Amino acid sequence: MSNPLMVMYDEEFKQINAVMDKLLREANSKVIFLVDKNGQLISGVGETERFDTTSLASLTAGNIAATGGLAKLIGEKEFSILFHEGEKDNLHISIVAGRVILVVLFDTRSSLGLVRLRVKKASEELTAIFDRLMQKAEEKEKSGETDFPFAEITDDDIDNLFS
Amino acid sequence: MSFINYASREINCKIVYYGPGLCGKTTNLQFVYQKTAPESKGKMISLATETERTLFFDFLPLALGEIRGFKTRFHLYTVPGQVFYDASRKLILKGVDGVVFVVDSQEERMDANFESLENLRENLIEQGYDLDKLPFVIQYNKRDLPNLISVEELRRELNLTHVPDFEACASTGEGVFETLKAVAKLILIDLKKGKQ
Repeated sequence: MSNPLMVMYDEEFKQINAVMDKLLREANSKVIFLVDKNGQLISGVGETERFDTTSLASLTAGNIAATGGLAKLIGEKEFSILFHEGEKDNLHISIVAGRVILVVLFDTRSSLGLVRLRVKKASEELTAIFDRLMQKAEEKEKSGETDFPFAEITDDDIDNLFS
Repeated sequence: MSFINYASREINCKIVYYGPGLCGKTTNLQFVYQKTAPESKGKMISLATETERTLFFDFLPLALGEIRGFKTRFHLYTVPGQVFYDASRKLILKGVDGVVFVVDSQEERMDANFESLENLRENLIEQGYDLDKLPFVIQYNKRDLPNLISVEELRRELNLTHVPDFEACASTGEGVFETLKAVAKLILIDLKKGKQ
């Protein structure tokens, strides 16, 4: 298979959330999401309960995929930053570590310049965490460590899901 | 590519419904949406034209329940079936864990079925996947309509690798859940195998 399984561990999850919390404060933003390029929500901080986060994640990934397709058509590798301006709220979407998407929602209490500046710093920190995460997953796979929850499942477990 | 989150104890998988234009991919998702308990489903999103033809994709998140303390979530996507939306179809296949190919059983759509299945195979290769190695099921849809091709013939022509296949009428829901369960089950079995 072309893509390895994406895995998230507690330790890195906490580190990622800490970076996102800091970005939320420093960029004066309302809510921040981190989404896998395949449309799965990794984490969210801020006023997340106001949003349908699953749909938001899926549409963000679709958006990035579509603009990525456009980029390739004109000979670019990707467009790493997207900005959507609304009447009140704006979305700043950027690709981090080549594989995850950082979505920052902000209003007039912040500005595009401030968000861009803070996102750049946070992206570097997130990239380092994701690099470690990938390395960790690879090492675990090599050493044959099996804390994988599905290795032990039985056919009955699977059947029970559908009963 | 499934996503396993140890922190929130969740596992997420992506299922894509593929097939020729107007074969009933969106109808499959709509039926699943209607018949699923509110606590198990999210909002269904359809990016469609004014005439309700899928423009980019439909999306439906489903929570199936827990396995060994992990919440299993399936994200169902459809592709736009019309031939000229090929660029969009390729994007939606990214990160796919399992594929449902929806066949239009009407005689006049046989060429479209062949073309779409071939297109699926090619687009998967482009993303680095091999259809024969992916969890894959086939659904023979529209079994209630006149001018049908027999299931035996469809099977002979389209199901060359003998994957699980189902007769369906997506508008009444017949066969819809059977198809979904089969592909979900294959994905979970694949996950289990992949790490042993």
